[in-house]
Amino acid sequence: MDKRHKILVLDDDADWLDICRELLSQLPSKPEIRTVGTGTRAIAQLDAEPFRLMICDLRMRKMDGLQVLSIVRRRFPELRTVVLTGLEDDESRARAYAMGVDLFWLKSDMQRETKLFLDCLESLLGRDTAVGFRGVQSKSLMDIIQLECLSRSSVVLRITRGPLVARLWIQEGELIDAEVGDVRGEPALRRILSWKSGAFETLPAEPNRERTIQKSINALLLETAQAIDETTDPVQSELIERADHQKTVWKLSLIASEGAEFVVTIPPAPGKIEAWSTIAGEVMAGWARQALEAAQRLGERLEAGPLSHVAGATAERRLVLLPGEEQAVLVGWPPETPEGLLLEKTKKIAASWDS
Amino acid sequence: MGFLKKIFGARPAVQQLPSGTITVNSGGEVVSSTVSTVYSPLLLREIGRTVLQLFREAREAQMPLAEITLHYASLRICARELRGGAIIFLFPQTALLPAPK
Repeated sequence: MDKRHKILVLDDDADWLDICRELLSQLPSKPEIRTVGTGTRAIAQLDAEPFRLMICDLRMRKMDGLQVLSIVRRRFPELRTVVLTGLEDDESRARAYAMGVDLFWLKSDMQRETKLFLDCLESLLGRDTAVGFRGVQSKSLMDIIQLECLSRSSVVLRITRGPLVARLWIQEGELIDAEVGDVRGEPALRRILSWKSGAFETLPAEPNRERTIQKSINALLLETAQAIDETTDPVQSELIERADHQKTVWKLSLIASEGAEFVVTIPPAPGKIEAWSTIAGEVMAGWARQALEAAQRLGERLEAGPLSHVAGATAERRLVLLPGEEQAVLVGWPPETPEGLLLEKTKKIAASWDS
Repeated sequence: MGFLKKIFGARPAVQQLPSGTITVNSGGEVVSSTVSTVYSPLLLREIGRTVLQLFREAREAQMPLAEITLHYASLRICARELRGGAIIFLFPQTALLPAPK
């Protein structure tokens, strides 16, 4: 049986759809790619067969991407959604994320950082067990509630899982009520917390809501976590897979947040090279090993002291190579990265990499 | 005269680091140099050859470097590619000079 995931790409530019099809065919999991040119066709396609992921443009002639997404998010809550647009404005980004899309990419960024884009998609596709809440992947509902309470928020969380809808009322950092179907209070909370995936949105606070939950949020979360632990029998491999996934997401987000183009870690030969956001990891690692060896040899000959790092620049990017006892780290940066920050940022990545 | 030299030897115990600029051609030969003649031409040639080797290996790895800088604790070697050759700047790092970022 073919277990490949399916990706639906929606864009009104036929040439762009061809580019996407070709690019997505490079994904390691080899998903099935379908392309459509209009929102109506996209929804018809989603009705006809299950998809794992939809990539959607925003600016389209008949039905714009946000309209399509609002329908899709309501009708197919389990579908992962990615916005891929040429529209470079913060408002569209904010609106898309508020709608619960998983990723927002600009087409120009996607073309420039193809590998990173593919890694992100693969990460979204990759998890067989659907864990995490849309918009805050890899975070359990407990984490989300804790975050709201710690930030002393007053908010109503509306959580949907397929046809099920639940609401949690948080007032000045305290959980005061929960409701799912006809159930309210602590039993409702326990039921909601057992959901492993879904979507949530924040609604304005309702300060006049009647309080049904008296216990502290920490006590309630602890009780529920213990109850879940007792009733479930987690398979070790699943836990390992989840930890690996979290590590992957962490590394990708570290690369993205620092603005790096790629990272290659080079252990002493013949250790396993790790390459992120580049397909030329082996070649780069080979050069890095040779460069470190030559530079260290020259340093000894000149009695110039230990090698701190090697910096380089090509026409397209800057490179910083940091030697290390356990592994060397080669990081590529966009050419516009301020020179004064390169070493500091590279050291930050190297220090955080396996933490 | 020369009394101390007889006891301690003529060569200073601590080697001073080279400072200045050298240019090397694509064959690794030093074409011009502003580095003090105290330093052996062989040493300068070794610097030039190492730099050219780094550029060549980077080209082979599909990363044609235009510039490379080797940062040591007490010396910075900054090289710029010049049509197969290179111009190389040697900056000793002293306590009086702020370390470049």
